[in-house]
Amino acid sequence: MSTVAAAEQSGGPLGLRAHSLGSVLRKLIARLSRSRKRLLVPSRERSAPAKIAVKNIGHTYRGRGAVVALEKVNLDVHHGEMVCLLGPSGCGKSTLLYALAGTVEPSGGHVTIDGKEVRGPSPDRLLMFQDHALFPWLTVRQNIVFALRARGLDRRECERRAHAFIHLVQLDGFERALPHQLSGGMRQRASLARALSMDPAVLLMDEPFGALDAQTRAQMHTLLQQIWMKTHKTVVFVTHDIREALVLGDRVVVMAGRPGRILWDLEVRLERPRDPDDERLVTLSRQISAALREAQAQSRPMAGAGGEGRDDGELEGAGRGPRLDGRGAAGGVSGSAAADLGAGG
Amino acid sequence: MQRVGFLGLLLLTWALAARYGPWHSSLFPGPAEVARSFALMARDGTLARAVTRSLLRLFQGYGLSVLIGVPLGIATARVPALRRTIKPVVMGLQSLPSICWLPLAILWFGLSESAILFVVVMGSLLSVAISTEDGVSSIQPQLLQVSGTLGIRGVRLYAGVLIPAALPGIVTGLKLGWSFAWRALMAGELLFVSGGLGQLLTTARELLDVARVMAVMVAIVVIGVVMDRVVFQAVEVRVRRRWGLEAT
Repeated sequence: MSTVAAAEQSGGPLGLRAHSLGSVLRKLIARLSRSRKRLLVPSRERSAPAKIAVKNIGHTYRGRGAVVALEKVNLDVHHGEMVCLLGPSGCGKSTLLYALAGTVEPSGGHVTIDGKEVRGPSPDRLLMFQDHALFPWLTVRQNIVFALRARGLDRRECERRAHAFIHLVQLDGFERALPHQLSGGMRQRASLARALSMDPAVLLMDEPFGALDAQTRAQMHTLLQQIWMKTHKTVVFVTHDIREALVLGDRVVVMAGRPGRILWDLEVRLERPRDPDDERLVTLSRQISAALREAQAQSRPMAGAGGEGRDDGELEGAGRGPRLDGRGAAGGVSGSAAADLGAGG
Repeated sequence: MQRVGFLGLLLLTWALAARYGPWHSSLFPGPAEVARSFALMARDGTLARAVTRSLLRLFQGYGLSVLIGVPLGIATARVPALRRTIKPVVMGLQSLPSICWLPLAILWFGLSESAILFVVVMGSLLSVAISTEDGVSSIQPQLLQVSGTLGIRGVRLYAGVLIPAALPGIVTGLKLGWSFAWRALMAGELLFVSGGLGQLLTTARELLDVARVMAVMVAIVVIGVVMDRVVFQAVEVRVRRRWGLEAT
């Protein structure tokens, strides 16, 4: 499916030479803009008060040369929304997430959750990491029970919840397994079960599937969507993978670095559960990556030659996600192909 | 099998050297004679009394070291001010052979149980503290971060996360501390007479009973090996397996 889509796309520029260049281009633009209107729209203002409100926050890392990780960032997340923060490494998306968690204190601005200012970490705003961070000496069940006991729940309730959430993440039969006896995907599921069992108001996920192989990652996407459709938790999910963001997010907040800022706040109007190989999703992913290239090409000259080199390195470091760099039209096709590989195979 | 064979070969060489060697048999007795001496001590209760006496001291001194050393190690790892101040002192004192504390101990406590306990404690306390400190400071930062986000703090953080997470390091420290304590105790008992295996060695030397000297040495080796290999090794392997640090 994705290969066909990629072939179609690469057929486009070739066709341009044969036919009248203008009419084909116009048709293409019309089609793209129509589909963009339908499936991917700028996020609307809503009347209901936001669950998470980020107002004008900025953050600067001090050290060898101050790095402006965030500059005047505003973001509203509503109750029951799954919002993906998307951007290359070093765009400040993780810093923003950690500011929501309270483990990073922004140098300016306010973060409020349910109207209350965020001060320090709290189990109400639970963080999940790329590393499973399970306690290695405790079994899957004990990991969950231990965390719940710390919240002051009685033993019977802890056991009940542990059982329920192990079932939810489809780890039945592995209650008594130790983390090192599980596969990477299973560990992340156990970690997810532990996080969900705490019943946090907000779940903050920092590239939780970044270290998994593509197939396991796709399974995790399906599972997370299923769980989200049941629980409707408010989730903020950080990723550098465009497809992952489109599969999971009600909204995709595209960020750029130096200084860290939000480029676009887009609403994804695709029904769930979403399939990463859905043609519409692949097209959207291509549009975003093209738009990002454009935006980056515009901001490039200001960055200077040295900065450019470093930028490339950082994006390489972002792993097997789509490369968000500017290389012209030819690079665009291969970039989309990379996106296909990244999410699908 | 290989090991047993080698041990047999060693005993045989010893027996042959004792029988045909140029040394007088009273200065270099063979294994049979040593075994006879060992059996004699075991039968008349001398050995049991000495072993009990030594081990009682060891448990007191070692227990005290663990009780002080583990909390000290955790404190130095967790409190930056202590890490900067106490840690270098502990590292420095660790380089002092524990028996060098004996003169000071005798001056402070006299020729008493306390003096020998002091030497044992000084011998093992520092290595227990250093290993514990090492274990706690090498805990994955992710585990501490997740504890923070899960809201685990206070006693639960220390007893439920920090100590278990540092346990592989702590167990290594306990093992190391045990062998240092054992050495310190033997040295102390040799130098001033007050019962125990060390004293048994000294009296045997004074009686020119070489077979008995060797028999007591064998007893000391056996106790050391049993504790180190059997008890501590087993605990260490179990912990490392459970923690997923070693293939099962």
